[in-house]
Amino acid sequence: MSVPGEGLAKGLAVTLKTMTRRSHTQQYPDVAPDLPPRSRGVIALLEENCTVCMLCARECPDWCIYIDSHKEEVAVPGAARPRQRNVLDRFDIDFSLCMYCGICIEVCPFDALYWSPEFEYAEYDIRDLLHDKEHLGEWMATVPPPPAHDPNGEPAKEETAALKAAAPGAAGDRSAGPAVRTRRPARPATARPGTTPASAPPAADEPTSAPPASAPPAADEPTSVPPAASPVTDRPASAERPTSAERPTSAPPAADRPSSGPPASTPPSSSGPPVDGESP
Amino acid sequence: MPLWLELLVRVVGVVAAFLVLPLVVGQAEHKVMAHMQGRLGPMYAGGFHGWAQLIADGVKFVQKEDVTPREADRAVFRLAPVVALVPYLLALLVIPLGPNDLVGQPLDIGLFFVLAVVGVGVVAVLMSAWASANKYSLLGGIRGAAQLLGYELPLVLAAASVAMAAGTLSLPGIVEAWQPWWLLWQAPAMVVFFVAGLAEIRRPPFDMPIADSELVFGYMTEYTGLRFAFFLLAEYVGIVVIAALTTVLFLGGWQGPFGDDYLGWLWTLIKVFAVSFVIIWFRVTYPRLREDQLQRLCWLVLVPVALGQLVLTAGVKLAIA
Repeated sequence: MSVPGEGLAKGLAVTLKTMTRRSHTQQYPDVAPDLPPRSRGVIALLEENCTVCMLCARECPDWCIYIDSHKEEVAVPGAARPRQRNVLDRFDIDFSLCMYCGICIEVCPFDALYWSPEFEYAEYDIRDLLHDKEHLGEWMATVPPPPAHDPNGEPAKEETAALKAAAPGAAGDRSAGPAVRTRRPARPATARPGTTPASAPPAADEPTSAPPASAPPAADEPTSVPPAASPVTDRPASAERPTSAERPTSAPPAADRPSSGPPASTPPSSSGPPVDGESP
Repeated sequence: MPLWLELLVRVVGVVAAFLVLPLVVGQAEHKVMAHMQGRLGPMYAGGFHGWAQLIADGVKFVQKEDVTPREADRAVFRLAPVVALVPYLLALLVIPLGPNDLVGQPLDIGLFFVLAVVGVGVVAVLMSAWASANKYSLLGGIRGAAQLLGYELPLVLAAASVAMAAGTLSLPGIVEAWQPWWLLWQAPAMVVFFVAGLAEIRRPPFDMPIADSELVFGYMTEYTGLRFAFFLLAEYVGIVVIAALTTVLFLGGWQGPFGDDYLGWLWTLIKVFAVSFVIIWFRVTYPRLREDQLQRLCWLVLVPVALGQLVLTAGVKLAIA
């Protein structure tokens, strides 16, 4: 049931509602835009951090970074021999070529390059878009502090590394994931049942009762499974990381074998007669 | 007051309204349309929210070259914008602003005069279309002629209904006879008059003769500079005239909640601007009608409704008498 003219009235309501809301126009030159964090405006260079490793220039997809340098000998009084040091002569980024991929910033191992949100550096001559190292250095003043981590995001690598180091009784690779350990055995128990329902659940629930875990597969393929299953189920008494990683490798062969047999045997019998009937 | 002074005051008043009201409506259209589309509209001209945008536009139009195409019929081509503009100026002359002869020229056959004069618009459209020697102009002009002739009928029928109810053709007389319950009684006529009026001034959604996406700019394609500005001004004066006519005929003109005698002009202006707002609102909301939909709406909806309203008006009038 629709009233005639209902659509017309709805249209009028939409425009009237829009009129009462704030408009979306950004008055850019008058009002500075509210840029999101990590905006890619221009690349800033912290010259002191640069060791002229050339990684950025090599990784740049556009080849828009030009670096020149020379070596200097630094004689430290008291040292056995003078040391060599790279001195940066030229560091240019051609922003008429740059595609703002940020790879140079990603690869810089010494944190010499940064993103700055400044974007108002248009020029009347394209050649003026080649920013030399002094110009790039000036952008450093506009680099914002790194934004805080997203509260729901993955923890930073540094954080997890620190957690690992601080774990109780940490020794060697055993401490691979103290925080993760509780999660890991649970996941195969829920995900695996679709593929090998018989073997996985008992292993997670009662690691000590190895024989019942190997019995169900024995009904399908008595010859192959028991020797493969028993060494695996012996180990999980400690409920450690290796069990979940190794079990899938032993189970699939048991599941593959019965399925591959029947299709191989049926086609020859069915496809044979038609071929004979057509050829004469 | 000597006669010549009174005449001068009235003429100056009408010309002032003729020049100011369309600018106000045009500026309102800029801003209202922008905000209905989530924009801001003009913000720079004049400093405060672009209030002087239309004045700046006028200055720009004056500076532009006045081009007449070589193939064009020069005299007709140059005369057409004036023919488009003058009828609305004459119509404004007889529309009452308030009681006690607050009107350019009180005329006993005011309604007849207004409808006759507004009907001249079609001549301007045909003149500009034919004289431009441009196929887009010609197509737009033919469409315009078909539309204006078609919508003239419901417009006149709806107006006749009010004239019949009031028992007079004088616009001030109609306002004096108007009573609030006429809003219900004459509602179908009001809708018909308003829609047909929109079509008469070729406003969206009835801008098929202009149809900038198919006909460049219809019959205005070849016009430049001041002559083009005249056409645009005619469009905005047209809004004012249609809004004022709707106000006077159907919304009670100067009759307001209180103080009709000294605040009548204010009620009239408020109503005119409210109706103008609705005209702008319609423009923002609805897409252009196709040519066949346009004619169908006119002949199959508006004309029967207007005729039915005439019967209703006559019946009620007889019942009251």
